[in-house]
Amino acid sequence: MDIHEYQAKELLAGFDVPVPRGGVAYSAEQAVYRAAEIGGDRWVVKAQIHAGARGKAGGIRVCTSDGEVRAAAKALLGRNLVTLQTGPEGLPVHRLLVEQALPIERELYVGLVLDRKRERIVVVAHPHGGMEIEEIAQREPEAILREVVEPAVGMRPFQARELAFGLGLAPAQLTHAVAAILGAYRAFRDLDATMVEMNPLVVTKEGQILALDVKMSFDDNAMFRRLNVAELRDYAQEDPREAEAAEHGLNYVALDGDIGCIINGAGLAMATMDMIKHAGGEPANFLDIGGGASPDRVAAAFRLVLADRKVNAILVNVFAGINRCDWVAQGVVQAVREIEVPVPLVVRLAGTNVQEGRRILRESGLPIITADALADAADRVVAARNKALAEQATMRH
Amino acid sequence: MSILLDEKTPVVIQGFTGDKGTFHAKEMIAYGTNVVGGVTPGKGRTTHLGRPVFNTVKEAVTATGATASLVLVPAPYCADAIMEAADAGIQLVVTITDGVPAQDMMTVKRYLWRYAKERRTRLIGPNCAGVISAGKAMMGIMPGHIYQRGRVGVVTRSGTLGYEAASQMSALGVGISTSVGIGGDPINGSSFVDMLVLFEQDPETDAVMMIGEIGGPQEADAATFVKEHMKKPVIGYVAGLTAPKGRRMGHAGAIISAFGDTAAEKAEIMRSAGLIVAPSPSELGTTVAQAVAKNPPRRAMAQR
Repeated sequence: MDIHEYQAKELLAGFDVPVPRGGVAYSAEQAVYRAAEIGGDRWVVKAQIHAGARGKAGGIRVCTSDGEVRAAAKALLGRNLVTLQTGPEGLPVHRLLVEQALPIERELYVGLVLDRKRERIVVVAHPHGGMEIEEIAQREPEAILREVVEPAVGMRPFQARELAFGLGLAPAQLTHAVAAILGAYRAFRDLDATMVEMNPLVVTKEGQILALDVKMSFDDNAMFRRLNVAELRDYAQEDPREAEAAEHGLNYVALDGDIGCIINGAGLAMATMDMIKHAGGEPANFLDIGGGASPDRVAAAFRLVLADRKVNAILVNVFAGINRCDWVAQGVVQAVREIEVPVPLVVRLAGTNVQEGRRILRESGLPIITADALADAADRVVAARNKALAEQATMRH
Repeated sequence: MSILLDEKTPVVIQGFTGDKGTFHAKEMIAYGTNVVGGVTPGKGRTTHLGRPVFNTVKEAVTATGATASLVLVPAPYCADAIMEAADAGIQLVVTITDGVPAQDMMTVKRYLWRYAKERRTRLIGPNCAGVISAGKAMMGIMPGHIYQRGRVGVVTRSGTLGYEAASQMSALGVGISTSVGIGGDPINGSSFVDMLVLFEQDPETDAVMMIGEIGGPQEADAATFVKEHMKKPVIGYVAGLTAPKGRRMGHAGAIISAFGDTAAEKAEIMRSAGLIVAPSPSELGTTVAQAVAKNPPRRAMAQR
């Protein structure tokens, strides 16, 4: 789960990470009020979306008067911001962060990640911040500093000191940098984060250390015990279908193709999508209906897939382990009777009680195309999709 | 032999008396697994499915001599249950539970290392279908009847894709020694390499099918291990060719976030390490069958 920059800064400030003075604004009026509250004569108005590369896309504006703050806020709020990281539609800007603008001496990179190879939290630092870490890793891999945190004792101050010295910070800045790094680590550990990035962590002209831009992501599996974080979720930044899927306990990811997929198990879902591609089609989505595929869940899955207007055919592929095929078949039949399915439907069942499941589909009298093997299922759904499109084309002529 | 588990292995089930525990315990017993009891705190000194229930894993081990435990405990309490089993001296813990926080798994793995290597608990999962030694015993939630007894080892991150592989192999008359689901989480108890080590040593396994997916370094590590240490043929597949970058595909660990994470890159790493890569998920069975036919069992080679 991702959160906004201003939320991440509020959380980190609670762990003694120094951040610029600022606050959130939902309207141009609030933005002006925030600027007055902060004081000074230079502010930054930052669009809050769950993606980076905002600066180059015009989502971050430096202002030197009330009027400019108001104009920047008006220009940003309510529109979709397209950056290199958002995809062509962009993400909607409903919130702004208004901050004091500070003269900057140096930009550094400090990030904390869950390293899957080491199975540890790893703190990564680099003396040149502001770029993406992938870019840094490509350009100057030798300058990357790493500290691996031993889970039994947590991050030690000496590790933060090693990083701070490695970054070339002056002795006067050292304690502040150490506090910032250790604070970010404690936030990571105590809030079940999977990523905390301070990029850049800056040294101001006055020698102050500040986390100028911040990103945090969290472990979805741990949100049951982090309710204060879970409530920061902003559904406006997510595909509405993915949010709806989550409510039904389904896992949905929208893709670009036109063959809708309803599958049990993440691995089988990915493999089925691979098969569709092999057969010459493109999947419209990833959708894992999980272990207990009750008729309600199957119906919810159909509604989700059909909500995508570009879907021209649907493939259901269930390998029943805990499930039984007869039960899944009943769910499919019930769903197709309840919801109008205006596109060809291919169903492949395998596993426990498969004969009974196939019989239920056959005897339903519904126009369901069945398949026994994975390859057949993919071939049939692609053929059915092509046929449906050809028929539509003839009807239009 | 088979690896990890056979019909003699004494198994306890943590979370025995719940709905899931009851359902899967029945299936496991029917398959021939030696289920000697269960653990549900607060229900000690009762019986369930004709087996004794204990309050703690230590009591269960003392009374039954159990060496393996199946964990079906809900995610918030799962890490604790695994550590309890390790502390009680259980040798093999298979954890089915989905949704365990990643930092809990870090703690669990750190905890397991406090024991000397000889008595260190081997953890399989979490978020997996479990382990089955075909025709002998199963610890998990898989449909046992699709696994035909034979001489190919299977190790897979995904549950249902493992079922798919097993049924394709059965249809071609290719049997399985043991199939292990290592789970779809970013931090799991055992890796592909851990299982490949066991399969390479197992006299009843002639070849190994390894089914990976996008995300994480484990498939590449396994490919390196195959190249450097394995004589038995290894057949590979990586699911997720169509997966976009940065999106979590169901499994917590199935996300392309770094170089080498994509299905195409992993498949290429496997190929260059000498694995036989199945061209599509509908050819898992045929690829294994061909590889086994081309590589006669080692025993036969040794006789020549």
